[in-house]
Amino acid sequence: MPNMQVSRFWRHFKEKYRLVGSKCKKCGKIHFPPRQVCNECGSREMEEIQLSGRGKVISWTIVRNPPSGFEYYKPYPLALIELEEGPIVLAQLTDVDPEEITFGMEVEMVTRKIREFNEDGIILYGYKFRPPIK
Amino acid sequence: MKKAVIIGVGMTPAGEHWKTPLRDLAVEALLNAMDDANIDKVDSLYVGNMISGSFVEQENLGALIADWAGLGHIPAVKIEAACASGGAAVQEGAKAVMSGLEDVVAVIGVEKMTDAWPSDATRYLAYAADAEWELFHGASFVALNALVMRYYMHTYGYTEEDLALFAVNAHINGAKNPYAMFKKPIKVETVLKSPYIADPVKLFDASPVCDGAAAVIVTTPEKAKELGIPKEKWVEVAGMGRAIDTINLANRKDLLTLKAAKVAAERAYKMSGVDVKDIDLFEIHDAFTIMAALSLEAIGAAERGKGAELAKEGQIAVDGDYPIQTMGGLKARGHPVGATGVYQTVEAALQLRGEAPNQVPDAEIALTQNIGGTGSNITVTILRRV
Repeated sequence: MPNMQVSRFWRHFKEKYRLVGSKCKKCGKIHFPPRQVCNECGSREMEEIQLSGRGKVISWTIVRNPPSGFEYYKPYPLALIELEEGPIVLAQLTDVDPEEITFGMEVEMVTRKIREFNEDGIILYGYKFRPPIK
Repeated sequence: MKKAVIIGVGMTPAGEHWKTPLRDLAVEALLNAMDDANIDKVDSLYVGNMISGSFVEQENLGALIADWAGLGHIPAVKIEAACASGGAAVQEGAKAVMSGLEDVVAVIGVEKMTDAWPSDATRYLAYAADAEWELFHGASFVALNALVMRYYMHTYGYTEEDLALFAVNAHINGAKNPYAMFKKPIKVETVLKSPYIADPVKLFDASPVCDGAAAVIVTTPEKAKELGIPKEKWVEVAGMGRAIDTINLANRKDLLTLKAAKVAAERAYKMSGVDVKDIDLFEIHDAFTIMAALSLEAIGAAERGKGAELAKEGQIAVDGDYPIQTMGGLKARGHPVGATGVYQTVEAALQLRGEAPNQVPDAEIALTQNIGGTGSNITVTILRRV
């Protein structure tokens, strides 16, 4: 992927590094990723909300045949995580033995490398989730 | 509003067509359909295709195919709705006829997938998911379906064995379809012993990447009469519905309901005046075994959480109450993504004409359901014998 795409990833720093979502000022629904229009009530009045990054696993899989660009990282666990605030987020799990993943397992957000491109390409970072450090 | 009838069908076998480029597959299916209808020209062309730009660096398929088929200066466009592109193209073609603006319309679905390296194919297919919030994290389509399958089994207490029954049924039927990619019956053990590609989805839970093209010719009953097409060949497009859901699986209100299919089916039932109990056969979108279960629930053939029950009770077989995938479905016939919805239409039409290899006795009404994305864009069409 050419480096001209850097802006494509930079523009999502807030969401991908800090897990910033949106909250509908009218009905209160919290969205992640943030939306311009609430898909619950149709309101366009949204405000930013900092999500806690804490949640629980509601389903997971092990990706063994990944899309090109992710071959180096296979196999990796991918999960749906229900955040404390309500939204469900798709992300990779990290720092966990795939055999130990369970329904309802508590996890917290961490910032990790998602993938690299070629030698002189950009490195993508973003959120992953791991069992909380006690 | 006018009525729309299908008067000709054609297809190529689904499979790995190493020697045949996209345009030749498309033209072959199209000419087969035109020959079946015994016509040599059409007023316009609608091409269902998901992602030729990525797979073979070719867009503008309307012009390409109409040109190569020698159709002259007709209007021709590509219709894209991910894996539901074919189903959407059939509906757009039927709408054009119903509107009265076009008399004789050709609809073709085509996809050429085997020219791409497998992991690139996996990437291109994932373009139908959410690029920024799903593919960015390394999600493949299989992985997204796996998340739903695990959640479904956990919620309702089904096993991998239960869901494997959908693949077994598809292969039994595909074995008799000369156009199917896989013509071998399989057993539950075949599915269970196949490797995980994204747990709990195994290789045999998933439909294969392949090439293929299918086509139908649509016109009004008046024009069909004028053209001298015998009535035994007419299949009415009696009802149509289409709806979307969130592009991002994680944003669904209910992960285990294909809401878009539910809404689309309600629209199609209303338009046709048909109830799910009146339907003789169902060609549904079994890209993965879990999608077969969820589809049966969404179109009203089973209650919520009972879709896999129909497979366990044997009701999905050709002699059951809810026959599905009578010619192999996506699983055994093959899933050339943008062509699939048109294959389903051709197969349903053959059933209603009484010409199918796995003939459902005296089939009068058929339903096709075509899913794009992880349920984000779904078409439901009701076809009826005239």
